[in-house]
Amino acid sequence: MNAEQILFILFGAVSLIGAIAVISFRHPIYSALSLIVTFFAQAGLFILLGAHFVAAVQVIVYAGAIMVLFLFVIMLLNLGTLSVKGALGGKLKGFAIILGILFAAEGIYIAVNSLNDTAVASAESTAAAVTTTTYDIGELLFSKYLLPFEVTSLILLAALIGVIVLVKRDSQEES
Amino acid sequence: MSLEYYLILSALLFTTGVIGVLIRRNAIIIFMCIELMLNAANLAFVAISRSLGEATGQVFVFFVMTVAAAEVAIGLAIIVSVFKHRQTVNVDEVNSLKG
Amino acid sequence: MENSQLLVLILSSIGKILIIVHLLLIGVMAMIWSERRVSGWMQDRLGPNRVGFQGILQPIADGLKFLFKEDIIPDHVDKPLYVLAPAMLLVPAMVTIAVVPFGSAITILGHEIPLQIADINIGVLYILAVTSLGVYGVVLGAWASNNKYSLLGGLRSSAQMISYELTLGLAIIGILMLTSSLSLREIAKAQGAYPWEWNFLIHFPAFLAFTTAMFAETNRLPFDLAEAEQELVAGYHTEYSSMKFAMFFMAEYMNMIVGSTVVVTLFLGGWHFFGLENMGGPVWSGLISFGIFFVKTAIFLFVFIWVRWTLPRFRYDQLMNFGWKFLMPVALSSIVVTGTLWITTGSRLIVGIGNVVSAFIVASIVAGLLVMKTPKPTIQDSDNQLTPTALDAIE
Repeated sequence: MNAEQILFILFGAVSLIGAIAVISFRHPIYSALSLIVTFFAQAGLFILLGAHFVAAVQVIVYAGAIMVLFLFVIMLLNLGTLSVKGALGGKLKGFAIILGILFAAEGIYIAVNSLNDTAVASAESTAAAVTTTTYDIGELLFSKYLLPFEVTSLILLAALIGVIVLVKRDSQEES
Repeated sequence: MSLEYYLILSALLFTTGVIGVLIRRNAIIIFMCIELMLNAANLAFVAISRSLGEATGQVFVFFVMTVAAAEVAIGLAIIVSVFKHRQTVNVDEVNSLKG
Repeated sequence: MENSQLLVLILSSIGKILIIVHLLLIGVMAMIWSERRVSGWMQDRLGPNRVGFQGILQPIADGLKFLFKEDIIPDHVDKPLYVLAPAMLLVPAMVTIAVVPFGSAITILGHEIPLQIADINIGVLYILAVTSLGVYGVVLGAWASNNKYSLLGGLRSSAQMISYELTLGLAIIGILMLTSSLSLREIAKAQGAYPWEWNFLIHFPAFLAFTTAMFAETNRLPFDLAEAEQELVAGYHTEYSSMKFAMFFMAEYMNMIVGSTVVVTLFLGGWHFFGLENMGGPVWSGLISFGIFFVKTAIFLFVFIWVRWTLPRFRYDQLMNFGWKFLMPVALSSIVVTGTLWITTGSRLIVGIGNVVSAFIVASIVAGLLVMKTPKPTIQDSDNQLTPTALDAIE
């Protein structure tokens, strides 16, 4: 086993355990923390894959901003004391898990078998251990994918306005 | 490490997210599971990008993250306003369309 | 040859890590002492001067006192998170220093050892990523304490840190455009030997915005709303005692030190000072450059204490207004102006002047709009925002 395999197993295991913890903890705060652990492990996987920029952005955006928002809302609504009944429940729980396992099996089957005759698999042999620099991503982002990039800014703007409208309307109704 | 292992891991993470959405009733946790699924997709993107030896997949990850951020902002705002009206975040109890 | 280089790399890395971490810890103690002495000097009193020469051993006495105090974990807290929170604040503060170059390079026996723990190609992003994690320690500590003052402090601080992080990130982008590198070593190198070649003059508004945002990130006066003594007892660390409290305390000082090193690297020329860093042989020039860096950081740390006793604390809505309505537009305008002027003229002088002019214009516009829009005292509508007061409305 070389270093990359050991690290892959480590990060992969941590991210899977974190993901399972997200859906099994009763308390939302612990779920959120498990999710942060998962995100960190994924950032580690991204570094293993040579995607340093994506790893840094993963930590900045997910761990630094999105999860703080989650924690903020959980704390603000004080959900700890207000236990959600049947948090792990429903009659369909067993059914859901069986469905999930089938789904996972399907995903793994596709991952293992269907790659053979695609372009991805044929390119695999030539791919060296390349690191993608920020420069490469920037160049693609501002040339080939310029239009999508601009559209994402519109999405963010729409989200911004949407959130303000949602919160403002609520407070107007109250007063 | 070959591509397959990353894709298998990605599939497992995605499935965990799906199961979470199906079995949990707390809207915030359902939201987290959606984030988990998006992340699993990101992992597959980056793995394939590495395998093809070009950065396009990582550009898509960038887009996915933007959409995820926008989605979380709006989703949490909705959850907060639902909580203000109903005093609950249980998705089963929020079942009428009228406010 | 290959092996010996690897050996040198490993040994020098371990050496650098040991030196830097210990310097950081000693720096925290020195900061505690100098903060109290400088505060005393500013308030025309003495400050601690009994333990050791001029009270220099006071921090050690304080540390021993913390160690011997009973480590109380209150019954009503959420125990795992309560124990975890101080560490979650301390660790990000400590690991940020890993990418900061604290000097040029030392050549020993033909091996060049750069004075930096890790020169990674995404250094700036790494710093942004790690500083954004500091908020967890505060938030979790606040929540786990199960105390309303703590929670209010935590909510205030999380909102504050998220808001000011944006400015922190935006203010750096101008520098990145001119340096076209994310590595902190490259950024430090790109600044020349003389003060007028350093980034703080070219990006003056960004420098001010970054420094202000950094004060907010470290929860120092005038932005210490998270632990405003008069309103919130002690904010998020109300329920903490003994070494756990000391860890919060250390993390604050460590954040200050690390933040100062980052500012020195990004804006104040790193280890450059009038060509002094090139004097001496291969060993001495490295040590001199380290000395220059050290002195610059110390001077910047003095500014922290100076500001503490100069500016009063902001009110909460003022804090948010300032962050979102002044710092953000100024940082954004500096990106636009820097990009446009750099592409069209390619002159650092013009970029510098353009930045100041645009920041002035933006700030005046915002100030004008705010003056026109505030007919009544702003305290009344703070209930409507997602501020801690909204908590009462929900419950």
